[in-house]
Amino acid sequence: MITTAEIEKLAKLARIKLDPAEKEGLTKEIDSILTYVDQIKKATVDVDYTPVPGAVHNVFRPDIARTISPEDRERLLNEAPDREGEFIAVKKIIAQE
Amino acid sequence: MKIDLSSMTITKAHEAMKNGDFTAVDLAQAYLDEAKKRNPEINAYLEIYDDVIEQAKVADEKIAEVKKSSYAKASKDKQRSKDFPMLLGIPFAIKDNILIKGRIASSASKILENYRATYDATVIEKLKKEGVVFIGRTNMDEFAMGGSTENSAYGVTKNPHHTSRVAGGSSGGSAAALAMDGALAALGSDTGGSIRQPASFNGLVGLKPTYGRVSRSGVMSMGSSLDQIGPFGKTVTDAEIVYNAIKGQDALDGTTISDATYSPKRVGQQKPVIGIPRHFLTGDGIAKDVLANLDESLEHFYQLGYEIKEIKLPNISHALPAYYVIMPAEVSSNLSRFDGVKYGLHKDGVDGIDDYFETRGRGFGKEARRRILLGTYVLSSGYYEAYYNRANAVRRIITQDFLKAFEDVDVIITPTTPAPAFKIGEKTADPVVMYLEDIFTVTANLTGLPAMSVPSGFSEIEGKKLPLGLQMIARHGDEKTLFEVGKEFQGEMIN
Repeated sequence: MITTAEIEKLAKLARIKLDPAEKEGLTKEIDSILTYVDQIKKATVDVDYTPVPGAVHNVFRPDIARTISPEDRERLLNEAPDREGEFIAVKKIIAQE
Repeated sequence: MKIDLSSMTITKAHEAMKNGDFTAVDLAQAYLDEAKKRNPEINAYLEIYDDVIEQAKVADEKIAEVKKSSYAKASKDKQRSKDFPMLLGIPFAIKDNILIKGRIASSASKILENYRATYDATVIEKLKKEGVVFIGRTNMDEFAMGGSTENSAYGVTKNPHHTSRVAGGSSGGSAAALAMDGALAALGSDTGGSIRQPASFNGLVGLKPTYGRVSRSGVMSMGSSLDQIGPFGKTVTDAEIVYNAIKGQDALDGTTISDATYSPKRVGQQKPVIGIPRHFLTGDGIAKDVLANLDESLEHFYQLGYEIKEIKLPNISHALPAYYVIMPAEVSSNLSRFDGVKYGLHKDGVDGIDDYFETRGRGFGKEARRRILLGTYVLSSGYYEAYYNRANAVRRIITQDFLKAFEDVDVIITPTTPAPAFKIGEKTADPVVMYLEDIFTVTANLTGLPAMSVPSGFSEIEGKKLPLGLQMIARHGDEKTLFEVGKEFQGEMIN
């Protein structure tokens, strides 16, 4: 049984602010989903399930620098919620002593 | 001039434009008029573009050029058809999670409400090269999470066949746009059934190609190991034409495959052999009409001379629970990019990290938050082995079951959904009830196999005919068999 405290911890890990009102509902829903998916524990799995090398392979591309047009760069920068000149602006993450 | 949209197909429109019976502008205007008339009620489109006629004019110019050059060369028919792309001037509806440069792409989420795509998805680049006309972007469940479009931040899409019922999801808007004659073809994405289920609910053909067959570049990721882009069409032939236009290896998507990756070999001498997993088609969850329709469909195949074999898929009952572990795990990773810094919504908090909490807390809808938390849980230390690794092992044994079944048969048939389109609001209270919608469709995503839903009849409810769909699953890389069997089932010409 998953608890509301665990839901709060998950929300913190996932960087999501939850309404206090919805925490209880979410706890119930996620608990019922987990009860449902728990069925996979009943499956007889006779294969080794650690990922095996070779099952997937790397796809490389040539190591060539690509440039984009000034117009495209402008479009990209304009999508940012906040910009200063050629930079995307964010809040200070180091406090001043 | 009056164009009959209800019987229109890509093939017919192509011929008509080639012969000069009508222009791309005539065709676009007819679809635009119908889309504008029906959309206020159906809500298939989140946006109908205001430059549709301009796009169609460009298509007409290309048509004029093609005609001029082919007459000048006095070329043979073969050459001419090569010059006249099949999709030139064809009106398309595009799911809102596929990027078209300069246009809004929101994934029906508040977090991307005003996001304008800065580049074209590979599939869009290919369609532009063909010269299609984009009518608009279509409604969906937020970030493709759901089976009814009820998780859209912009309201539900109604089923044009019965407006108190859902159009299905997550690509419900694309399906409804076609069903209401608001476009002639559409693109959707399919992570667990999101093309096939709405196709089934709307009486359309919907294809989820083999994993890697169609580039995902420029499509918003939900479950990266499950997602595929695919077409909706009114006929199997139409779906095939769109599929041929969008498929192919792409340097921008490392998971795309080449024509040579798989070399499927049929066991059927004359016709493909059909396999049916009877043991999976019992239980209370499946509507009587659906089972009766399946038997009718099998009878039809029998009449057509197909051999039908019963097959066993011993682990298939574990597919849906495994899917609901793997998918949210990938969702929680993919949706971590929405942080209010690079693009999309930004909500101010007290400091930098609090900005993330505010932005993501308010920008994501309920189902998105639910799946992010669930994914975070199954990937967290202490649970990773029991859930995520275990689900991947189950995924592997299910894939083995299918590959084994394909030693004896060439195409596996099930209903697409356990029941026809449900009522709006009927399944919103309990997420697990909604998840059961995907029971027949998720296996194709878990295994990477190609699967297609074709219309197979109707279920009469409340005096209205609700479409039913039949799902066909083939070997990796064997879309050809799906098209062939689908066409014969629908009575279409096989080329």
